[in-house]
Amino acid sequence: MNVMTHPIGLDIERIRTNFPILSQKVRGKPLVFLDSAASAQKPRVVIDAMVNAMETQYANVHRGLHWMSERTTEAYEAVRDAAAVLMNAHDRAEIVITGNSTGAINLLAHSYGRGVLKPGQAVLISGMEHHSNIVPWQMLRDAHGIELRVAPITDSGELDMAAYEALLEDGKVGLVAITHMSNVLGTVTPADRIVSIAHAHGAKVMFDGSQAIVHRKIDVQALDCDFYVWTGHKLYGPTGIGVLWGRRELLEQMPPFFGGGDMISSVSYEQSTWAAVPHKFEAGTPAILEGIGLKAAIDYVQSIGYDAMAAHEASLTEHALAKLATVPELRIIGQAQDRGGVISFVLGKAHAHDVATLLDRQGIAVRAGHHCAEPLMRRLGLDSTARASFGIYTTHDEIDALADGLNRVRDFFG
Amino acid sequence: MTQTDRFDDLRDLYQEVILDHGRKPRHAQRLEAFDATAKGDNPMCGDRVQVWLKYDGDAVDRVGFEARGCAISVASADLMVETVQGRGRADTKALFEAFRTLARSGNCPDCGPALAEPLERLAPLAGVHEYPSRVKCATLPWHALIAALDGTKEASSE
Repeated sequence: MNVMTHPIGLDIERIRTNFPILSQKVRGKPLVFLDSAASAQKPRVVIDAMVNAMETQYANVHRGLHWMSERTTEAYEAVRDAAAVLMNAHDRAEIVITGNSTGAINLLAHSYGRGVLKPGQAVLISGMEHHSNIVPWQMLRDAHGIELRVAPITDSGELDMAAYEALLEDGKVGLVAITHMSNVLGTVTPADRIVSIAHAHGAKVMFDGSQAIVHRKIDVQALDCDFYVWTGHKLYGPTGIGVLWGRRELLEQMPPFFGGGDMISSVSYEQSTWAAVPHKFEAGTPAILEGIGLKAAIDYVQSIGYDAMAAHEASLTEHALAKLATVPELRIIGQAQDRGGVISFVLGKAHAHDVATLLDRQGIAVRAGHHCAEPLMRRLGLDSTARASFGIYTTHDEIDALADGLNRVRDFFG
Repeated sequence: MTQTDRFDDLRDLYQEVILDHGRKPRHAQRLEAFDATAKGDNPMCGDRVQVWLKYDGDAVDRVGFEARGCAISVASADLMVETVQGRGRADTKALFEAFRTLARSGNCPDCGPALAEPLERLAPLAGVHEYPSRVKCATLPWHALIAALDGTKEASSE
């Protein structure tokens, strides 16, 4: 049933008590953590799940015949089910566990890129990609004769859809690999149109959902995309674990990337055969504790619900855009209509690193630099920006503190 | 001064000398006639600097620079020029080592009295030692200077 309801507001005070680190002081001041887009803080349930596993239930997975190994395998494999439900995957076997988004994209570039794409075909990315969705495709281009195309962005920081479609028209693009939400501009890309246009021209679509999955409910069947990658540590989970979701029939076409234990069916010196998907992509002992931690993080996110998270984030973003607009000489970079809680800005002539350090002196953590997106920075005519980004624990008061802090920085630099 | 009080918490790193030289560097210009030049590049933050040198015999006679970066790196480049002009090559390298120690640790107890005066001039930059990611901002122009002295074209801040 599609009933329009007002999302239930988050009990932020209660949520904040779930994150032990938020009670820390930095430089003698309460921590105002506005760098969740780089990596989010961890709730107690994630910390406890990992510690409990080490204390009570730990062994290697997928191979032991003993009690500890069987229990650990169950606990670890539960992350695959949780991720499948989170993304509305058709099949848990479509969830390939990787080290992070970068690992997932590199896997795809090697396996789908070399195993399925043919020299002379092209990969199409956008002008607002993270380096992790640029460099693997450049490496594929140079090794395998794949053309790399870049769909430009508009001055407001949105994908230029006419140019995007034009780049697909000759039918050479085999794969579109594009962000679902920019880590610099906060732009949410029009996934439905990206997919329908790509499919109409015979191209598959991979979304880099590293940022998007933190803020929006991802339904890969509704999106109708072909691959979707994300990373655990931005979704309140541990580092060292990420997900490549792919349509099963595509994953089955793809050769393995890493060889080793756990990914084989049988091995002889003459020939080895591969395990079924997803295990043929998962060589070696996996990130067991991180898998257990990510399962807890997904459960935590699901218990809060994307409706409430998205409503909170939209409210924070609206408040932040309004408050930052009151800071003299502050310029927000990126004016997309559809945007999430990641806001880049420059402050007069002050360098972003100076801005970040002076905010840090006031206990406010923001990121500054090129945000692993140098080509985008060049497009914007900037060397660097400062960036504030929000999580479920971010409060409106913290945004007010950011605006006050920025006013002081501006006055200080004069 | 109320102005000072209001920004007390911001001044430990950004002392007036740094703000002043960061805003209005005195030596931010390329030399028309020069004997050596080198670039410095900090790929982590995008700071870039180029340094030009003119010798008088063994001594560094004149230095100019162009920098694209934060207030710390621009001020450091400017103060560097002021402390190395007229200094011999070996002496300049010794000052660089002393300054690097200052930037990393906040002081340089083993630095001899010969360097006391230039180090005092550079002391406002000592505050970077509390910000490990910013130490390279302060040392980058020096790396470029030493690269120019050594006849190499590029320096990184590693």
